[in-house]
Amino acid sequence: MSILINKETKLIVQGITGRDGSFHATRMKAEGTNVVGGVSPGKGGQNIEGIPVFNTVKDAVEATGADTSIIFVPAGFAKDAMMEAADAGLKLVITITEGVPTADVIAALPSLQKSGTKMIGPNCPGLISPGQSMIGIMPPNIFSEGNVGLISRSGTLTYEVVNHLTKNGMGQTTCVGIGGDPVAGLYFIDLLEMYENDPDTEAIVVIGEIGGDAEERTAAYIKEHITKPVVAFIAGQTAPPGKQMGHAGAIISSGSGTAEEKIAAFQAAGVDVAKEPGEIPALLKKRMN
Amino acid sequence: MKIHEYQAKELFAQYDIPINEGKVCYTVDEVIETYKSYNMLTVVKAQVHVGGRGKAGGVKLANTLEKATTAANNILGMDIKGHKVEKVLVAKAADIEKEYYVGYINDRNTKSAILMVSKEGGVDIEQVAAETPEKIFRYAIDPAMGMPDYLAREIAFKLFDDIKHVRQAAVIFQKLYKLYVEKDATLAEINPMILTPDEKVLAIDAKMTFDDNALYRHPEIEELREADENEKIELFAKSKGFSFVKLDGDIGCMVNGAGLAMATMDMIKLYGGEPANFLDIGGSSNPQKVVDAMNLLLEDKNVKVVMINIFGGITRCDDVARGLITAMEQIKTDIPVVVRLTGTNDKEGQAILRGTDFHAVETMSEAAQKAIELTQS
Repeated sequence: MSILINKETKLIVQGITGRDGSFHATRMKAEGTNVVGGVSPGKGGQNIEGIPVFNTVKDAVEATGADTSIIFVPAGFAKDAMMEAADAGLKLVITITEGVPTADVIAALPSLQKSGTKMIGPNCPGLISPGQSMIGIMPPNIFSEGNVGLISRSGTLTYEVVNHLTKNGMGQTTCVGIGGDPVAGLYFIDLLEMYENDPDTEAIVVIGEIGGDAEERTAAYIKEHITKPVVAFIAGQTAPPGKQMGHAGAIISSGSGTAEEKIAAFQAAGVDVAKEPGEIPALLKKRMN
Repeated sequence: MKIHEYQAKELFAQYDIPINEGKVCYTVDEVIETYKSYNMLTVVKAQVHVGGRGKAGGVKLANTLEKATTAANNILGMDIKGHKVEKVLVAKAADIEKEYYVGYINDRNTKSAILMVSKEGGVDIEQVAAETPEKIFRYAIDPAMGMPDYLAREIAFKLFDDIKHVRQAAVIFQKLYKLYVEKDATLAEINPMILTPDEKVLAIDAKMTFDDNALYRHPEIEELREADENEKIELFAKSKGFSFVKLDGDIGCMVNGAGLAMATMDMIKLYGGEPANFLDIGGSSNPQKVVDAMNLLLEDKNVKVVMINIFGGITRCDDVARGLITAMEQIKTDIPVVVRLTGTNDKEGQAILRGTDFHAVETMSEAAQKAIELTQS
């Protein structure tokens, strides 16, 4: 088992004829993901490495029965792409595009909500259920099948942690990169609930960072609702206030959103917080026995 | 992107939000001239991209020409939290009956813009939020609905009892929302909005920040950019495709990915060192990127050691290692460089670096410890 995506997931790629879209479409296909089509207005009828291209998301869904989409379009077109995916009734949309204006995400979310479409991202690496499906831009070879679920606001830091897990024989059910933007789709709490209900997930890793109070809210939720062991890591303990640390959402505003507050909140909820990424497997093993 | 108070007030004026009249001044003479033209109680306010100006002595009232001159002399050139004051706003001081807080921000939890208002104006709103959160009223705004009259009035009634005041405040909420949305702001704050003894509601302070991701569609906002020294370095880094923030330590960091870059800084601190910067160079093994990043780091004369931490994902570690060697052939420096490569083909990458001048290590903690050791030798 896994959450959100599995062997049955049928994927279309919005922006498949662009440089990133075509590169990652073929990579995902090579990894065994069911990439059933792509969308690029005006390029319907072409194909990219055997993947048929359609003019609209609706055409692609009708022809292929796709239920999930990944978005690679440029930032200025992302809002439209999200709304098109929602209007076509897709179950899940993963927005990889970075640099999307926050107001555009806020404007698109009501359409997604109306159609019951879940979104991951924007500005995220995607998600993977090892051995089943990869929808994103991560390096697949570091992941392995197993029973740890992972949620992260970061990309390469996630790979760092997964690498430690895999090297310690701890495979993963599903790893989700929720993205570094201030306003995004599915967030920690939504995914924790899914992992809690997934019989194969035995423990959960949460990788947070400075900015906002999502980690604090997550800690409160874990205390109330999560029975499985959770280990956390928070990046940005040395970040100065008022400075954006790469991710648009990673900023300490007027003294709030600090790593200290988040670590304290997790510890108060009984979550072990790793001092460094390499400590995570040992903390998990301790909790899983 | 941050702008100064005087610029935010210019935007307020464009949107017919009532403000107290003022003028930006760069010299003491300009302040004197402006004071003479107002010839009344004025306030001289430092224009810097950092909060806490008042506490730092960067805001002074003046009711004589002599006091205005003294304030100008003291404030211009002053250092506020590492920001040098290069200009002041000289504004007509308004009589204050009562102060209020008004602010729009984007909220992660409701995934919308929210309006926050409070009767506790003129003070640090974070302190109010921490100590008496019940004194702040928050309204999530439906982007499709915006700020209709009834809602603006309903919120204004939280601050005022008299309908004359409510109507003035409601209009300010609506105009400020229009400004916030039309310019892709991420913060639009009036602290304080005041009620005067002659029953006028107006903004005597203004703070706005804008979404960097949306600046491409607002050239008129981009034109307001007045970068200070640190921000200029950050902007230069951005033009090279990097995210960079300068810190005070002596270990220069070069990392791919923002989260890993933060974790790298934390790791250095954990083992007793001090990072000199945050630097995310993004993906790819292009040697030019490494050259640009090294040049950026070496401009900081505090840097004694450079620590490169790369997770090779789609870009394989052996390609990254070759890129590093090519890059270092172009840079002449005696500064020791610690490299930690992990991920796809990491063994091959590490083998390539063996026998070079790089200090190649396998884990992040080894890299941090090695870098710290080298700063002490």
